[in-house]
Order: sequence, then C-alpha cells, then structure tokens
Amino acid sequence: MATAPAPLPDSPSPVPPKYQPLASSSAHLRRRKLASTLFYLLCFSVTLLSFFLLAWIMSGIFKQGIPYLNQQFLTSFPSRFAEQAGIKSALYGSVYVLCVTAVFAIPVGIGAAIFLQEYAGDNRFARFVQVNIANLAGVPSIVYGILGLALFVRALGFERSVLSGGLTLGLLVLPIIIIATQEALRGVPNSLRHGSYALGASKWQTIRRQVLPIAMPGILTGIILSISRAMGETAPLIMMGALTYVAFVPRGLRDGFTTLPIQVFNWTSRPQVEFQAIAAAGIIVLMTVLLSLNALAIFLRYRSNSRL
Amino acid sequence: MAMENPATSQIPVAGGAATLGSVAKNSESLSATRKKPLEIALFWIFALCAAVTVFTTFGIIAVLVTESAPFFREVSLARFFGEKEWAPLFNPPHYGIFSLVCGTFLVAAGAAMFSLPMGLLAAIYLSEYASPRARNIMKPVLELLAGVPTVVYGYFALLFITPLLQNVLESMTPTLQRVTGNPNLFPTIEVFNALSASIAIAIMTLPLVASLCEDSLRVVPRALREGAYALGATKMEVSLKVVVPAALSGIMASFILAVSRAVGETMIVALAAGASPKITLNPLESIQTMTGYIVQVSMGDVPHGSIGYQTIFAVGLVLFCITVMMNLASISLVKKYRHKYD
Repeated sequence: MATAPAPLPDSPSPVPPKYQPLASSSAHLRRRKLASTLFYLLCFSVTLLSFFLLAWIMSGIFKQGIPYLNQQFLTSFPSRFAEQAGIKSALYGSVYVLCVTAVFAIPVGIGAAIFLQEYAGDNRFARFVQVNIANLAGVPSIVYGILGLALFVRALGFERSVLSGGLTLGLLVLPIIIIATQEALRGVPNSLRHGSYALGASKWQTIRRQVLPIAMPGILTGIILSISRAMGETAPLIMMGALTYVAFVPRGLRDGFTTLPIQVFNWTSRPQVEFQAIAAAGIIVLMTVLLSLNALAIFLRYRSNSRL
Repeated sequence: MAMENPATSQIPVAGGAATLGSVAKNSESLSATRKKPLEIALFWIFALCAAVTVFTTFGIIAVLVTESAPFFREVSLARFFGEKEWAPLFNPPHYGIFSLVCGTFLVAAGAAMFSLPMGLLAAIYLSEYASPRARNIMKPVLELLAGVPTVVYGYFALLFITPLLQNVLESMTPTLQRVTGNPNLFPTIEVFNALSASIAIAIMTLPLVASLCEDSLRVVPRALREGAYALGATKMEVSLKVVVPAALSGIMASFILAVSRAVGETMIVALAAGASPKITLNPLESIQTMTGYIVQVSMGDVPHGSIGYQTIFAVGLVLFCITVMMNLASISLVKKYRHKYD
C-alpha cells in the first residue's frame, strides 16, 4: 500500500508539465504542496494516536480498578469473593520468579554477549549463534512455555515450581539481554580497547575495567527492559501449569506459585463484573511497576545517548 | 583509574630503546606468557553462555518433535492437514489443523491491516518530519505502549474494544440496512470475536513496526533526499517515492516480524477471540487460534499422555515452524538492507 510508489498526487493530462501554460503548472504545484501538507497531517495524527491509545487504555482501566485498590487488596490472598480477594500471593510469586529469572538470565546473557562481541570474531559459528538469537527473540512466548513444561517441569523434575517458572522466563528474555548488551558493547570505541592492550592489560582486564563500565548504561537498559518483559509475561507460565489459585506465599524454589499477570488473566476470564473490576485493580498495580521500570530504562537510554 | 599507575610506569619502557618491530615481538611474547588459566577459563565460560541459546533452540525442536511424535503416529499427516474440522476432544475426533491456522491468520491479517500502514506512517513522521524535540516526546510514548503486557491488552480487548464495536455496529445498522436495501439485516458481533483481538494486537504491534521502520528510514543516506528536493519534489514525494523505496527491505523485515508477533500472540486471543475453531473470513465471529488452543488445553483437565494432550505439541510444532520461517525471512531481509548502505 503505502510502500508502493504512490502515483503523483495529480496528473491531469499526458502533456508534460513544462509544456503546460504557467497558470496550470502553478495550480499543479499548489495541489502537490497541498497533498504534501495533508500527508504530513496524516502521519502526525497517526503518531498522535498512540498518545490517545495509551491514555484511553490507562483511563479506562483506572476508572474500573481504582475503587478496589486499597491496602486490603494488596495484602489478601485470592478469594471466591471479589471484595475479599487480593494479590498477596501473586505479588510474592512475581518477585520470587523474577529473582530466579534475573539470577539466571543476567549473567548468562551478558556472558553470551561478551563472547559474541569480544571473543568470537566473524566466523561461521558466531554468525549461526547470531541468527539463532535473532530468531529466538521472535519465537512466541508460549513455545517457551512448552519447552519449560517438558524440560524443567518434567525432565528435570522441578515440578510446577518457582524454579521452573523463573528459568523458563529466563530463557525467554535471554535474547533481549544479549541483543541489548551486544549493542552497548558495540558502542564502545575500539581505541579504548587498543589503548588498554597497549598498556599491557589482558583481554579480561580490558573488558572488565574499560569496556564494561562504558557499556553499563546500555546493558542496564537491556536488563530493566527484560525484567519488565518477564514480569508481564503470562502465556509460558500458564502453559507450564502455574497454579491460578494460590492462597499461600511461596517459601522456596520448589513451591508452587502464581504471578500478577496470571491472577489478572484468571480474574478477567471470569464472567462476573466484580472480578473483572479487581482484574483492573491488579492491572493498575502491574502497570505501575512496569511503566516505572520502562520509564527508567528509557530515561537511562536517553541520558547515555545524549552523553555520547 | 586503576590503570593510571602501570600506564605511567610502562611508558619509558615502550618509548625507550625498542624499535617498532621489537615492540611487536615483545607484546607477542608477552601475550603468550600472559594467557593465564583465568583468561582461558573465562573464554570457555562465555562460550558456554552463548551456547545456551543454541541449546534453547535445539531443546525447543527436540521437545516439539519427540512429544508430538506419538500424536503423528496416531493421526496421519493427511488427516492433520486435510480435515476441515478441529475437535480433538470430541467423539469422533477431528484433527484438521487448518481451521486453527485459518483463525490465526484471520486475526493476524486483521491486525496487520491496521498496524502496518499506521506503523509506517508513524515511522515516516518520526524520521522525516518530527523535530528532535517532538521525537524525544513521541518515541518514549511509543516505547511505553510497547511495554504494556499482553494480558492487559487482552483485558482491554474483551472489556473495552468489544463493547465499543458492539455499540458502533448497532448504530450503523440502520445505515447498513438502507445501503443494502435489506431491512432484515442485523449484523451481530459475538462477545468473543476475531476483530477485537485484531485491534488489540494492532495496538500492541504498532510500536514495534514504527520503531523498526524508523530505524530503516533513518539509515537512508541524506544525499538521496537532497537530490530529490533539488529536483523539486515535495516532502511527501521525497518520503514516499525516495526514502520509503530505498528502505523497502528494512520496512518489509519489520512488517514480517510484526505479523510473526501477531501469529504468536497468546493472551489477547485467549481472552478475546473465543474458543471455537472454524474456517471463516468473518472477523465478527468467535474463532480459535493455535495459541488460544494451546492455552485452553493446558488450562483444562485433559490427562497427560492422552492424544488430546499431545495435540498441543503438534499445534506448537506448526506454530513454531510458521514463526521461524517468518523470523528467518525478516532476518535475511535486514541483513540485505544493512549491506546496502554500509
């Protein structure tokens, strides 16, 4: 559609413009300029639409959920009665799972990125790994759920536990961390590495003392974005059978759990209006955390962009 | 900071007697003696980290293939791809994947119809028109929109978009009746329908398309634009006839990626699109997608090891194949594009 070369805004006659009388040619020009202005307005309003969509979503959810959002909601377990239900177990579950995810995915992701960017060079294996990571970034999250179900829950015998959920989400966000870290490492000028080598530093000394500190804002941005992605992810956890009714706080890695998005999904899919309203309250909590995380990441990125 | 001391102490050594050749030789022998066990161990640790991603891919393929193998022993490929109905839990069961694929692509195509052109227009605005200040405001908003979890979009589709569509359709009914000349025409939209899921997915993928397209548009060399302006082109003509065609492979890559994302989207369709697999082109009906089916079965009480349970791996395999093909197409387009202006 818009990608194909669009026809000239106006071509009234087969006579080339330069043979036309001056008045008509200036009318032609005016029409082209008008079309250009209209096109600008179109592009602008489409972009502006994203503002309104965000505002529409947020205001709608706030209107629904705010009446239910109180201290009791944050400190109670889920219940059959909407007015007594809360998100205590979901909050704890989310935090536990995210801790496992972070502990697994952050070091592995940064390590993989360092390998690809600093060690591997441009050989066939590195290129294969690179394409593989780009592809993994686009694999549907539910497929990771299938992997987690077969690998962690069954084959390794972790059951439907915090550990399984955290590791599954860890695999899911690994490509995000790797891609962001690689980008950050790529942004470090080679002259710094050469300077460090010239002073006798080893490869690891160079990476640890010169490259990583400079790449840190970019890496941090990637980590924050990946944690917020993991926090909002529902499908893989449902897939591997995270419980939806959990009236306890997980005590260890082997305990069952529920998370905030699962709780929201569970409440949303019920027909009763009250449960849909407390789903909105749950979304407000979820979105508050997520949007602050994302805003922090965006802020970090813009600050480091403007500094370089 | 920590480097300062050794640096100053080494300068006289390097700058002293050594010629260029002997410095090189020196550093060679240095690096040979300096390869400490730590350095070697770290190399292999990092390599192992990178290998985790390869294991992930092989793990996914192995799980999908081995777990769906019993299913395909029971159900022939001819039935799987040939039958028109998908009802594995009914008696007699039907295993026609096509109706799930059809639902998936109905939703994805609907989403693409909104998100691709709108994302491209937003990208053109951000890359060609927006002042740096406007860009600094607009881009973060798009990024925030991209950070909204899919379950929230699902909630939104079910409880905001669907009622809105019902109202719109109701108010349009008299007009439709007049236009078609059929007074008995009452178009209805079901509570669960493909359209509201499509719209929610479109909102979800809009930032992705916009930001990837913008990246491709910005890479187009300035000289191309200047040349077109010098020939008297208007801004729209420069954008649509010079910049967009020049960035076409990058734009296509982002389009394919967005469709792939829409095909794999789960929570929105699980909440809003319904659970009735059928072959239809009517977006106002309830349908079921591949992802929606997988969620439905994994939440239900289908016993492990039964053929009903194995279907989710077969469906997962089809879903994985479709999305991988799209991702690889997108990746190769991006590569082609990157070479173009390097």
